Amino acid sequence: MTGASVIVIGAGVTGLSAAWWLARSGIDVLVLDKGVVGWEASGRNGGGASHYHSPLFHEEQRLWPLMDEMLGYATEYRRERVIFATTDHHLRNYQQMAQICRGLGYQVDDLDPQGVREFVPLAGDNVTGGIHLRFGGQANPQRTVQAYAWALQDLGGRVLQHAPVTRILTAGGRATTVETPRGAFSCDHLVIAAGAQTGMLLAQVGARLPLAPVRAEMIVTEPAPLMAIGGVDGNGLYGRQTLRGNLAYGGGPHEWLEVEEDGPRRRPSTPLLRNLARRVAELLPGAGNLRVIRSWAGVVENTPDGRPVLDRLKDPDNVTVATMSGVGFGLSPASGHAVRDLVLEGRCTFADIDKLSLSRFAATPDRWREEKGWVATSHAEALALSGAGAPG
Amino acid sequence: MTTRGFDPNAVAGKFPEPDRQVEVLVIGAGSAGVAAAIDAARNGAQVLLVDENPVSPGLMGLDTPLYYGARYTGAVQARGRMIEQVFAARPALAEAFDAGVEIELGVSCWGAWVNGYGLAALPGPVAGLADEDRAWMVGFERLILATGARDLCLAFEGWDQPGVMGAQGLAALLEIYDAFAGRRLVILGSGELALRTALLALRRGLEVAALIEVEGAARGPADLLAELAAAGVPIHVGATPIRAVGGLNGAEAVIIQGSNGDPFEIVCDTVVEALGVVPNIELLDGLGAGLAMQPALGGHVPVSADGRATTLAEVFIAGDVAGVAQAGVPDALAYRQTWMRALMAAGPDDVVICQCEAVTREALLGVRQPAYLGAPPPAMARRDLASLLESGPANQDQIKRLTRAGMGPCQGRRCREQVALALACASNGQARDIPLASYRAPVRPLPLKVLADWDEAKAMSNHWDVWLGIPTQWVPYDDIGTEREALLGGVLAGEVDP
Repeated sequence: MTGASVIVIGAGVTGLSAAWWLARSGIDVLVLDKGVVGWEASGRNGGGASHYHSPLFHEEQRLWPLMDEMLGYATEYRRERVIFATTDHHLRNYQQMAQICRGLGYQVDDLDPQGVREFVPLAGDNVTGGIHLRFGGQANPQRTVQAYAWALQDLGGRVLQHAPVTRILTAGGRATTVETPRGAFSCDHLVIAAGAQTGMLLAQVGARLPLAPVRAEMIVTEPAPLMAIGGVDGNGLYGRQTLRGNLAYGGGPHEWLEVEEDGPRRRPSTPLLRNLARRVAELLPGAGNLRVIRSWAGVVENTPDGRPVLDRLKDPDNVTVATMSGVGFGLSPASGHAVRDLVLEGRCTFADIDKLSLSRFAATPDRWREEKGWVATSHAEALALSGAGAPG
Repeated sequence: MTTRGFDPNAVAGKFPEPDRQVEVLVIGAGSAGVAAAIDAARNGAQVLLVDENPVSPGLMGLDTPLYYGARYTGAVQARGRMIEQVFAARPALAEAFDAGVEIELGVSCWGAWVNGYGLAALPGPVAGLADEDRAWMVGFERLILATGARDLCLAFEGWDQPGVMGAQGLAALLEIYDAFAGRRLVILGSGELALRTALLALRRGLEVAALIEVEGAARGPADLLAELAAAGVPIHVGATPIRAVGGLNGAEAVIIQGSNGDPFEIVCDTVVEALGVVPNIELLDGLGAGLAMQPALGGHVPVSADGRATTLAEVFIAGDVAGVAQAGVPDALAYRQTWMRALMAAGPDDVVICQCEAVTREALLGVRQPAYLGAPPPAMARRDLASLLESGPANQDQIKRLTRAGMGPCQGRRCREQVALALACASNGQARDIPLASYRAPVRPLPLKVLADWDEAKAMSNHWDVWLGIPTQWVPYDDIGTEREALLGGVLAGEVDP
């Protein structure tokens, strides 16, 4: 296999979307991945597509309803979301979120308890109210990530799996060659969208991107009757009903960990699944007898402020970096577009993304993770650090 | 010196101490588990021995943990009787009781954890247990997994009807529960397992119509073959089951393609698949113990220096979970693949391979999208296993995500091995090279309200956030760097009126 005009490291949603956008512009693209397409967080997430805080959101909202047709494959995208509360505190919080969304120009309807139950037949008598986002939605992460890969291949792009990048060579101020156990590949431009490994790869071209990997987990039930809107959140959970009917929910505490060059060694799911099960059963009492049949965990990377880095480096100036800082799936139709623009135009053509530049972390101290406590922490350490006694 | 910060939204410090603590926890009260429990108790340890059997009729219907093929009598509904049957069938349980072992039947272990890579926040090693009403956590110093092995069943037309079952499911219904509802059996396979299954059935007064072997000669040891021949049971070699036919009550006959290529029918009410068994390693995989493919031992088995230790200091194994050698079948994976190849050649492509999700073998190997998505888009016509293999070797987890094979309520127990076999056959590979599809807790399908922690500790509910609890993450882009930033960050991190 030969090199390509653009090499993308990382066959997650962000890298694949970027490669697909580049291929749509007629660029010869090669995607390299250490493992299988969508194996990390891109295939292990809640599938939400409602991230209205992002500068990419308007473009995401424009694109999602078109994606099945543009890609040529099913993503299982479904529009809109319902968020509802079983406490007054949560309801007040959701109503404040609704105000923020309205301020951004998106329609949100208030729902009374009966209105919630009409959308969500599995909800119970404990509903205090909710909101109906007349925007946003959700899709199947695993199907979507494969759809990007297939759509890319249909345009002549290539995906090479099981090809971990071992070295990036530079010459004359440019990244020139990417080495893997499956061969060395030359490129005119390099996109690094490698999830938790992005910072380590970027270091090879002399740039510094502070990232902390974290593990999050979800549970899945057997199918329930299909609800009108599959994107139903509340009670501290995010999740969705799949088109098959399964309920998939996550939320709650995460665990910081270490990831080396070859990626996470394991992605354990934990006894936290009991706390998730409780919250799902509280949110959807009608689902209490549904069996939990799976859980999963994924590792996502986080920047110090939790915001993406979408930037083209100054030196070497043919390297573009893309991390969505743990919120990448839903925004992927637009993040790929932004990366395509950075590679081909040198700037994002459809949104201001200047505040997502790498330079904002120039002064971040080396030991920022320890300072924030974003490092692997034992039970005993946590009790000492939090000043708590035995957890009560 | 850097100040060490603390993230109140992270899980460290939140996992509660277990509901109770034991020195030794043994999972599985088969002969190996009971022996291990007695041994530990006699050495002075405090021992809790749990076994999921008798499982509820609902789980038996999902072929969990064994492949019962719905060929049981109404007696399985009588819970008290089922428990008595277990004690009666296993006299060593009384001995364990006398040795001071605490015994809980009808209690499953759905997960177990020790601190290690990616999980450092547990107060200590812990297992999740459940009965039909609730789940609870038990801390342990040592965990002995004597989880046995489950049935391996391969798909052929009609295999998804009552009366097609596994050899261990049959053995449990005969030897433990006295609740088998069949009379006349056809047994698939000719290795030690198939021969012993036939002899057991004969001893119990059942009729064994025939054994079927796709290979040209019977596999099993000579003494067992002789015993079976003396009983007048024929073994059809070079023969392949094509179809189980039946009615409302399930199988009534099986159609066999004979060695001369001609089909013939054998009347029977039960077809017992007895090609091999699969070690129950799901808890070990969830724990992160080392596993290795051992074709002589029936598949992926725990890495063990001495047959007892695992790669985890606190976790031990006993019995069939360590691997099951079968006389006459030195390479279980190759034998199964020969069978799979024969079934694929003799039967139609639209055989359902995943019963829960109704995925046919054709849909699996075509990497077709599931039926609930409606008509596939035109581009899907270009996509099949071959096109997927262009990007790398067959991966069962990837293919299950696309086709849903193995994603149903039986948790893949009925299909995961044969999905790997089918992928190996279709990709001209070896079944032993297909990577293990991952197992995760809960390794038994438990209702939300049973699994739920209804007595959640304050530490867990404090700072519970939908996502990571990083307020700056959710600030609308235009507000970044403005006075509104702190306010909006608070609201979007779940605070009210910040």
